[in-house]
Amino acid sequence: MDFLSTVPWARAQFALTAMYHWIFVPLTLGLSFLVAFFESIYVKTGNEEWKKITRFWMTLFGINFAIGVATGIIMEFEFGTNWSNYSWMVGDIFGAPLAVEGIFAFFIEATFFAVMFFGWTRVSKGFHLFSTWMVAVGSNLSALWILIANGWMQFPTGMAFNPDKARFEMQNIWDIFLSPVALSKFVHATSSSFIVSALFVVGISALFLLQGRHLKAAKRSMAVAAVFGLVASLFVIINGDESAYSVAQRQPMKLAAMEGLFDGATRAPLTAIGIINPLKNVGDAGPDFLASVKVPGLLSLLATRQIDGFVPGINDLAYGNPEHKVVGAKQRIANGTLAVKDLARYKETKAKGDTQGATQALASFKTHQNDLGYGYLETPEAAVPPVAATFYSFHLMVILGTLFPLLFLVVLVRLYKGDIEKCTLLNKAAFVALFFGYIASQAGWVLAEVGRQPWAIQDLLPVGVAVTPIASGNVQLTFFIFLVLFSVLLAAEIGIMTRQIKIGPEA
Amino acid sequence: MISQVTRITALYRDGFRSMVLGRLLWKIILVKLLIMYALVKLFFPNYLRTNFATDQARAAHVMTTLIKPHSNNVGLQH
Repeated sequence: MDFLSTVPWARAQFALTAMYHWIFVPLTLGLSFLVAFFESIYVKTGNEEWKKITRFWMTLFGINFAIGVATGIIMEFEFGTNWSNYSWMVGDIFGAPLAVEGIFAFFIEATFFAVMFFGWTRVSKGFHLFSTWMVAVGSNLSALWILIANGWMQFPTGMAFNPDKARFEMQNIWDIFLSPVALSKFVHATSSSFIVSALFVVGISALFLLQGRHLKAAKRSMAVAAVFGLVASLFVIINGDESAYSVAQRQPMKLAAMEGLFDGATRAPLTAIGIINPLKNVGDAGPDFLASVKVPGLLSLLATRQIDGFVPGINDLAYGNPEHKVVGAKQRIANGTLAVKDLARYKETKAKGDTQGATQALASFKTHQNDLGYGYLETPEAAVPPVAATFYSFHLMVILGTLFPLLFLVVLVRLYKGDIEKCTLLNKAAFVALFFGYIASQAGWVLAEVGRQPWAIQDLLPVGVAVTPIASGNVQLTFFIFLVLFSVLLAAEIGIMTRQIKIGPEA
Repeated sequence: MISQVTRITALYRDGFRSMVLGRLLWKIILVKLLIMYALVKLFFPNYLRTNFATDQARAAHVMTTLIKPHSNNVGLQH
């Protein structure tokens, strides 16, 4: 069996299902709140125009939700098939947040969903509005649990490895649930999703203005969505600073790859934009970039909160830097190799009934266990994620993310001045920005997951050990089946959405 | 209590009956779930559950993987 080619196909399949799932999730997270805002305005003012607006966007929300339903559950099945070692080892920890998501958040959504869609003439205005808010809250609670699970992969905490069961066991549930990485990811994922949904509403509304129809509804929708998007952008910017610091502390190799920083520095510059030298390899002396624009000292400030702080580069993290007390992957591979040998010795001595030997082996393992994952890497270079993919996805996300609040601001100014219908260029840009919102959102997850490589669990389990030892043919086949299925479903969603948008809110 | 249950039942019953776009979406959902269920059953066996009878056997298999690393199981080509 060619286990080697199983790994990239298993990763590709998971990436495909995750990225497809993430097409629908941001709109669910954000549009649910926007619909709640629209309905709140309707209930407060009693103006039936706002009810039409609410029902229009609620219909699009429903379409997106329906097509997106169950796209996430495939990934849970993939854990069992393609990542069996991983799912065995982390089931005690990973399973809990996923189970809570399914039971708690989904039931809230499903219950109040029915009232939201069926209850317009059957329940009071107040209860209907409450139900709409509960759908929004439930959807975002789902995101919390999933991001707690993903946050744990990036920063494993609150657990201990049980060598008898070959799995990590939860020691402190609050360390996991309140992990700073998990909470930061939750704030970032939800607020960036709010931006995507704001761009969606602004973009479709801009299309109505370009077409000269549903003008009042479009302008009203734009006003609320632009404010929502602007406030969300503020959260993203503030949280972005916290995220950078968090990544610098806990995933320094990811940060170095994000910035294309091969050699560490004090007063390390932030690369605003650049073209990575495609011939550059870890450890060689060539230039990092073919061209770049840098902001001096800013990376040190963001990563260490000191302008003179040392930010380790890829080479420091691969080979070590004693001057700046950076323990490189080279040393950690040595530590990890000892950890793996200790595990083997523990198993052997336990099987022989040698209690003293087993105790010694376990004690030795515990001194090296934090570097366990490195014991499976052959070279220090193997600890480096794909630098170009990490760098470009990060910068694409940030550049687009910087432009979106500017768009919201300009839209609000023109709405205030009362001439937005005449701003053809602005409306065209707003419509196009809708698609760039999705691109930025996907780029964020590419960064998060590609930047995490080679780890399934940061520092503890590389993907090559996490994968199931099965032939790659099965994984390849299901990859292409899902590709076709997802493409058909996406085309169906776009078709149904387009039809509803053509009908518009006034119908 | 009974009247509440009746009202809730009527909400769902009348709501589903009056759906227009919703019928199409539900058809898509059901077809998708059926296809996914079939795919999962055919192509996504739980490897450890299928090939090992007990948790001890599964743990032993995973431990074997952990203490005998593959020769090329590391990261990516750069």
